[in-house]
Amino acid sequence: MTSAQWFSGLWAYWLIIALMMVGLYIVIARDNLIKKVMGLNIFQAAAILFYVTMAKVTGGTAPIVPHDPAHPGGHGEHGILYSNPLPHVLMLTAIVVGVATTALALALAVRIHGDYGTAEEDEAVIYDREHT
Amino acid sequence: MRPPSRVREMPILRVVARALVPVILLFGLYVQFHGDFGPGGGFQAGVIFAAGLIIFALTFGVEALRQVVSVVLTERLMAAGVLLYGAVGVLAMFLGGEFLNYTALDPLTTGHHGQHLGIIAIELGVGIAVAATIMRVYYAFVGRRPNGDGEPREPALGAEQGGGAS
Amino acid sequence: MIEKILVLEVVLPLLAAPVCVLVRHPRLCRLFSLGVVAVCFAIAVAVLLEVRGGGVISYQLGGWPPPLGIEYRVSTVNAYLLALVTAMALVVMSFDSRGGPPRVPEQRRHLYYAVFLLCISGLLGITITGDAFNIFVFLEISSLSSYILVSLGGHRRAVMSAFYYLVMGTIGGVFFMLGVGLLYQVTGTLNLRDIAARLEPSLDDRGTVLALALLVVGISIKLAVFPLHHWLPNAYSFAPPKVSAFLAATATKVSFYLLAMVLFTIFGAPFVFEELRLQAVLLPLSILAMFLASGAAIFQADLRRLLAYSSVAQIGYMTLGLSTANATGLAGGLVHLFNHAVMKGGLFLVVACLLYRVGSVHIDALAGIGRRMPFTSAALVIGGLSLIGVPGTVGFVSKWYLVSGVLERGWTAAAVLILLSSLLALVYVGKVVEAVYFRKPAETQPIDHVREAPLGMLAPAWVLAVAAVFFGLTTNWTYGVAREAAELLLAGGI
Repeated sequence: MTSAQWFSGLWAYWLIIALMMVGLYIVIARDNLIKKVMGLNIFQAAAILFYVTMAKVTGGTAPIVPHDPAHPGGHGEHGILYSNPLPHVLMLTAIVVGVATTALALALAVRIHGDYGTAEEDEAVIYDREHT
Repeated sequence: MRPPSRVREMPILRVVARALVPVILLFGLYVQFHGDFGPGGGFQAGVIFAAGLIIFALTFGVEALRQVVSVVLTERLMAAGVLLYGAVGVLAMFLGGEFLNYTALDPLTTGHHGQHLGIIAIELGVGIAVAATIMRVYYAFVGRRPNGDGEPREPALGAEQGGGAS
Repeated sequence: MIEKILVLEVVLPLLAAPVCVLVRHPRLCRLFSLGVVAVCFAIAVAVLLEVRGGGVISYQLGGWPPPLGIEYRVSTVNAYLLALVTAMALVVMSFDSRGGPPRVPEQRRHLYYAVFLLCISGLLGITITGDAFNIFVFLEISSLSSYILVSLGGHRRAVMSAFYYLVMGTIGGVFFMLGVGLLYQVTGTLNLRDIAARLEPSLDDRGTVLALALLVVGISIKLAVFPLHHWLPNAYSFAPPKVSAFLAATATKVSFYLLAMVLFTIFGAPFVFEELRLQAVLLPLSILAMFLASGAAIFQADLRRLLAYSSVAQIGYMTLGLSTANATGLAGGLVHLFNHAVMKGGLFLVVACLLYRVGSVHIDALAGIGRRMPFTSAALVIGGLSLIGVPGTVGFVSKWYLVSGVLERGWTAAAVLILLSSLLALVYVGKVVEAVYFRKPAETQPIDHVREAPLGMLAPAWVLAVAAVFFGLTTNWTYGVAREAAELLLAGGI
């Protein structure tokens, strides 16, 4: 594999890696808890994209078997190229997990704001240091 | 919490919402029942259904929605949806199959439609649970009293806490 | 019979959670969840007895045969973990915390039990399932519920710790998910045994190595392996004490199982430990954990933080056993799962007793408490001795086999370091015992009103203290099962 192919042939992966690092950077570098949650979401979205690109078959269509009147109860015509449905289904679950995580993280952030009067991590740390 | 008066006084928003909300709810039901033989299913349907009701709450106020679906009801429905799902699985066990083996549900139907019956019941459970959970999350966030003074306060007992229990 | 109802191990607590939400009666929910956990424990013990000696129980969810369907597959390795998790859940659940966690009002306490049950269900699910993505789902169920449980501690920093735990846990979970995705890309299957079988020809594939890296890092975050442990001390010290006891006794143990399963069953010991030489990373990190975390524990003024740092150090012993990759060392690590669960669970329950009566577990506040709460303090001493590894306690058993395993490998220096790190444990346990028995209570904090903890609290703590001695004297059950599990893992089975 030449270096040109290395970049062009795998461009989807490079995009995913970049997106992932953007998310991770936000989680690490931002003090605002809501922004951290957003970073976490971007991070998760990158992983979800990874599964979806993996499942895409070039030229493949949505894996819905067409109804074929000639063969009632049969499996439709053959020779159609389908994308792999399994990773998509898995990602439906992963999205649900992401929703639950986000809801919980936001609920915790709201509560932290209630207790500390701020949603900034650094200010909360200072508050803790002053009120032990 | 009532919406800001600006929203309540916007006739366009109110009229459009009044017209759209029933369509959204109907579309939710369509996605729910179409999921049996095409794209769709309980999760998407539940989210669409809950989104329709949340739009209703955004335009007509949360109180109006609470009269239709109370907070306690959403909690009960959350649990009931999951239990419906589980009950189908356990029923299959009682009928001699494995957990969630829909084929074992055949004796309940006249023909060999156990798979159909199972998937419809399960998706219904998913739909109910998801719609109720999304609404419960919405209630949990919208029901908090704004903390006006910005001062840290003592932990409030009884504050909303169900957001992540999905 | 048992193979027909294997699925109930996970389904019962999973469905008991919504039942609790519907029942809404705190006492009823507590009894109900206790009953459910007791049934789970009974199933786990029956399963363990069934599979001992090389048996395997396989359960096909929905009647779909593997590798397409999700398979629940239990051998000695995960039956051991199932029994461990359910036993600890049962003991901790039976602990009567008198009013539940501080931040949950009476009318919402049923939700607390629901979340507890979900957490148990998730942990059992990770252990029992033979499907890689199913593991991820259960991992997130257990993690999400443990974030909630941690946030219920009384102090405001509990919520902050829960948030931090959530961020770290989610990153770990996503890493795990990516690793599973790469494995699926390489092998085209999600069934663990099928992955292992098909991975053989493509072990040198770049994707395989990347998958291994992602899985190991992801699980290490959840396991709190040394440099990734930062969430643990805060989470354990600010969570409600009962929750700390439960999480310390189960959550990290299940993560350890997951790590061992990934390394030995999926990738196989020859690839991981001979070709990639993972022990070159794992061994130094384990030893660093043993020393630095124990060292940090010495300087903690709060008993809960001290125990939390000690947990990080103990995880170091477990991963040390893992990195030996021989039967004795691995069995030492596995038996330490049980032993550490018993002692640390017991110690955190003692902390809960002390918190209830004294109101603080700051070491200065505990001065002289040995006279006022003799039984609680005695349980504290037994747990402490076990942490040091005194003969006659479970801590000695694990260290004995760990040292033997390390010596078998020819790592004499590591064996010496294990013994030296025990001295650090001696220092931090000694510090607590000195305060409890030999120090005079401070003038500012009179302890005359302090009485012995109620029986509902004392009994579960003592069950674990007695177990710490009992299994320190008889090792047939614990080490016997752990040895069998280790041999099975080294042979690449689960």
